[in-house]
Amino acid sequence: MPITYTSGEQIEVYRFSIPVTIGVPLLALFLQTFLPRRIFSIFDLPLLVTIFFAMARRNPISGLLTGAAIGLAQDMLGPYPIGIYGIAKTVVGYGASSLGAKLDVENVGARFLVTLAFYLVHAAVYFTVARGMVNMTLSWSWSRGIVAGLANAALGIGLYFLLDKFKQRT
Amino acid sequence: MESVLGRYRNLTILVGVLFLQVLGLAVQVKRSGEAENTRLIRIWAVDTVTPFERLLVWAQNSGNNLWHSYFYLRGVRAENRQLKEQIEQMRLEQVRLSEDAEQAHRLQSLLAFKEQTIAKTVPAQVIGSSGSDLSRSIYIDKGSSAGVGLDMAVITAGGIVGKVLRVYPSTALVLMINDQTSGVGAMLEKSRLQGVLRGTANGAVILERVMSDEQVTPGETVLSSGGDQIFPKGLPVGTVTKVSPGREMFLSIEVKPAADLSRLEEVLVITQKQEQNPVAETGGRVRAADVLAQRLPSVPDKPAVDLAAAAAPGNKVVAPTSATGAGTKPLAPAQSSAKPEVRPHPATPAVATVPPSPAAAAPGGPKVSTGGAQVAPGNGQSAASPLPNKTAPKAVSGDPALKSASPNRAGSNAAVPGAKTVTPPPKPAVAQPNPQPPATENDPH
Repeated sequence: MPITYTSGEQIEVYRFSIPVTIGVPLLALFLQTFLPRRIFSIFDLPLLVTIFFAMARRNPISGLLTGAAIGLAQDMLGPYPIGIYGIAKTVVGYGASSLGAKLDVENVGARFLVTLAFYLVHAAVYFTVARGMVNMTLSWSWSRGIVAGLANAALGIGLYFLLDKFKQRT
Repeated sequence: MESVLGRYRNLTILVGVLFLQVLGLAVQVKRSGEAENTRLIRIWAVDTVTPFERLLVWAQNSGNNLWHSYFYLRGVRAENRQLKEQIEQMRLEQVRLSEDAEQAHRLQSLLAFKEQTIAKTVPAQVIGSSGSDLSRSIYIDKGSSAGVGLDMAVITAGGIVGKVLRVYPSTALVLMINDQTSGVGAMLEKSRLQGVLRGTANGAVILERVMSDEQVTPGETVLSSGGDQIFPKGLPVGTVTKVSPGREMFLSIEVKPAADLSRLEEVLVITQKQEQNPVAETGGRVRAADVLAQRLPSVPDKPAVDLAAAAAPGNKVVAPTSATGAGTKPLAPAQSSAKPEVRPHPATPAVATVPPSPAAAAPGGPKVSTGGAQVAPGNGQSAASPLPNKTAPKAVSGDPALKSASPNRAGSNAAVPGAKTVTPPPKPAVAQPNPQPPATENDPH
């Protein structure tokens, strides 16, 4: 499970067509709201899409803007104030793209670990903002958090493999 | 300065974007205390997504209907037979419960209690969720154009679901009771202990604010207390599954919601509640005992006392027509006391057309007026509701003393703490227009 440091010259930066750039996040948001809660509530498809685009583009500005856009859209569909997911996914987008610029995150093991780590980062930022700023009385469950992180990381591997087909070399 | 910004360009943009979002969040938090108007941006987002969700739900339902209505009919006959048997049993139970409910209503009307009833509901279909694991909310396909408003209660035949959090023209967002930010006033059915129902991070539901020295047993039913001013009192909430010590001096009571919150398809939005005096259905009702009285030869005929009372001055004798039989509209309490009526005993020939079987007498006879534990909200607006019209639940609110006389506790009043403190007032001359036949000993109930 090597996570190797890659020099700037070795980094391969990808781009995506406009339909994919817009359509995939929208599809992820739509599926997130439509898929049955009982089975799929543990997954966070918009988060996985954010991580994928951020890691593939390897551009922190692009990553954070993607995260912000997807997070804000997710906020708009939810019951809580707009911006909680936005902030969390902005941080994740920035972090994932910064990491993608420095490390080789193309192999399965690396992707699994990175997704798990960013899921926890996302949850940490979300809870910090929700409890610290909005004063919401949310409680964190470690068991559920770890299980959800592992489940998302597992799903992420398959999803990234699928989305790799849409990559275009610059 | 410029070189610093250029050097840390990415970080600067990150901080800038985060700052903007924090600012936006702060504006919302500040405004949440005021009368909150739905933001346009939310409306746009919801309007973009919901048409597709509607389309998919429609397609899914059509497919399901086609399958279940035309192709998959295996076992329907057996199920039909089973349901018929069940109906027969429920009719018998209905007669008994309506007796208890009627008695409770009479007591309430005599004590001038107000009760809160569900006047109108709007059936709605669940078309999606909030798209987040950290919040538990659903979208329904009815909005302000259908009369749905903020903070309206959302229920199913099983129990309460949540409250309307945001309203759009054709959709609404419902915050479910297992969301961590929700709070529902609830009480335990037997002990009448009140607490606050909240969601947990795992999606479970717990009842808080019940003191640790109280006795709560798993299996006990939890009802809405009406204290939140959203849910009418007496609606089923769930069942206690686990009791453990909570924070400070309170218990943490895990509750299994009565409604299956993860498999919601259709819900009812309570769009209108009203307070009214409880209706005591006086006279004209056929009791199970009365029907039995016609069949048992040992039961004496109608006592002459009734006729004597009817002849008393001030009493108006009502002709024993069929209109006085089952299904007569109940009199309002004030009306009944102003115009006393004496009705003939049901065993008179005019009522003898009542079907001889108690089970057969039930449908046309006693109308189920309430039943807290059997809440089946009436549908005031659409016939498409999965629930019957006539069985609108009546929940009692207001005076705590009402607990003992609540119709929601029909059949179990004796078990209510404080029930014994309610002493039925002396019967006025017309307080019992439906005379108890002397055959009460033979009353199977």
